[in-house]
Amino acid sequence: MRADLEIIQEWIKPDSRVLDLGCGDGELLAHLAAEKGVRGYGLEIDHDNITACIEKGVNVVEQDIDNGLTSIRNDSFDSVVMTQALQTMHRPDQIVDEMLRIGKECIVTFPNFAHWRARFYLAFRGRMPVSKFLPYTWYNTPNIHFCTFDDFERLCVERNIQILDRTVVDHTLRDRWWIRLWPNMLGEIAIYRITR
Amino acid sequence: MPSVIPADSVGLVTPQTIHFDTPLALACGRVLESYDLIIETYGTLNADASNAVLICHALSGHQHAAGYHSMEDRKPGWWDSAIGPGKAIDTNRFFVVCLNNLGGCHGSTGPTSINPETGKPYGPDFPIVTVKDWVNSQVRLADHFGIRQWAAIVGGSLGGMQALQWSIDYPDRLRHCLAIASAPKLSAQNIAFNEVARQAISKDPQFHQGHYYEQQVVPKTGLALARMVGHITYLSDDGMREKFGREMRSGKLSFDFSNPQFEVESYLQYQGERFSTAFDANTYLLMTKALDYFDPAADYDHDLPAALSHARCRFLVVSFTTDWRFSPERSRELVDALMAAGKQVSYAEIDSAHGHDAFLIPSPRYMELFAAYMDRVAEGIGVEQEQKESADAC
Repeated sequence: MRADLEIIQEWIKPDSRVLDLGCGDGELLAHLAAEKGVRGYGLEIDHDNITACIEKGVNVVEQDIDNGLTSIRNDSFDSVVMTQALQTMHRPDQIVDEMLRIGKECIVTFPNFAHWRARFYLAFRGRMPVSKFLPYTWYNTPNIHFCTFDDFERLCVERNIQILDRTVVDHTLRDRWWIRLWPNMLGEIAIYRITR
Repeated sequence: MPSVIPADSVGLVTPQTIHFDTPLALACGRVLESYDLIIETYGTLNADASNAVLICHALSGHQHAAGYHSMEDRKPGWWDSAIGPGKAIDTNRFFVVCLNNLGGCHGSTGPTSINPETGKPYGPDFPIVTVKDWVNSQVRLADHFGIRQWAAIVGGSLGGMQALQWSIDYPDRLRHCLAIASAPKLSAQNIAFNEVARQAISKDPQFHQGHYYEQQVVPKTGLALARMVGHITYLSDDGMREKFGREMRSGKLSFDFSNPQFEVESYLQYQGERFSTAFDANTYLLMTKALDYFDPAADYDHDLPAALSHARCRFLVVSFTTDWRFSPERSRELVDALMAAGKQVSYAEIDSAHGHDAFLIPSPRYMELFAAYMDRVAEGIGVEQEQKESADAC
């Protein structure tokens, strides 16, 4: 299993109800259903991923998260998860609000734009960072709202969002001791558990 | 006409009629003392009767869902694209049952049948049957075969409504419900179209208040008009533009009303004409009423999640982008209610230019998804391995 999903699954309680926004091929939900008796749904727009979810027996609903989650009732889920998609949303702040409306807790992961490599790229080459991990150029990237860990945490303060847990990992999605020394400089991906 | 039966066809099939003597109490308050259901089956029922799939038909459908009745048949059954060896509903694994619903005109008891009390055809006196009544009659059919639980109940449009009603009324008797291009109830616009169709039929001078059999006439004009209106709503604007555009039959305007000039006019007239000789007007009236009346939430204070809270099966809901008769939004209503009720549901919105008809037309993504879901259905009842291996061995 993807290393970040490994971390996330530990934060999800057995027999809880989970909504996975942008669930990909359903790996996390399939694992949670098999190991923890979790009942969940994934929202996804990629056709191949939807079929892959169905092949796994994962409940998947074709829905564009950017069109909102208004059809889902308040507090319907114990956990709402969104991995590596926050930066692709038209309005990440509104999505976080919506996630907290429909779920008791939310888990979000996103890449850190303040990682030293990105800073270095922009500072010395004067161009938008392109890396193996984020291979897009500015005009074709799905990542339209990059932020840093500090930016996200500021948003949480402004919106009265409580951060329950944070794990910062490198681009191989592994937790390294040295990242903890200066997460906003050394961490590439953050995994937050938040509530309101 | 098939000169050779295709390898992925169920082949030549013969319908069978099953007689039921136990009275059936209907929603309207009347009772059908006895009745016939005509059915077709494909594949083989396994020893524990766990591999059965029920196919529910739509407004003008019938029991002939797959295969051919004879080598002279122009076309196979109406859902042959989805039912057969190796197809989405794989007859190597599943025992498929398709019936003509009560009130139909293809062999099940309906307005054209003889009323045992009068010795004459029921005609307009045939009771108004509802989706709930159909499901109750289908339960008897399941009992007849010793099928305690369907592996899946599958239906498009009005057929999907029957599958939904099953999930609510008989939650233990199905494992999966597939509602394709369907809706939890009709909208005012849907009912309006049905009313135009009914008016066209009942205002036809040959209708004789439904007693046209005795007059030995058929309200052909009305039935053809009803079908033409219906047909337009099954296609999409884009689909019609693609298929007909403004193509003319003779290439120029004739400045009269006598003959169809645009290809689309000619097509609709042909469809209407063909339908008017093949379908019964009283049945058409009944079927449209069953559609209008379907509203399972009505029994639960119009709370759809409450209605669906009884369901125990898993659901697959599918809609098509250009379907405006039962639009994707209507399927979403159903999906939202199922999620609110905490039910297991998957949903896909398939790109298609074919409007409501898309559910009958195979397209790669639709069939792939359908087959992937049916694989899970098969896996759940343990027929996947053995049947697949034996198919490979052949």
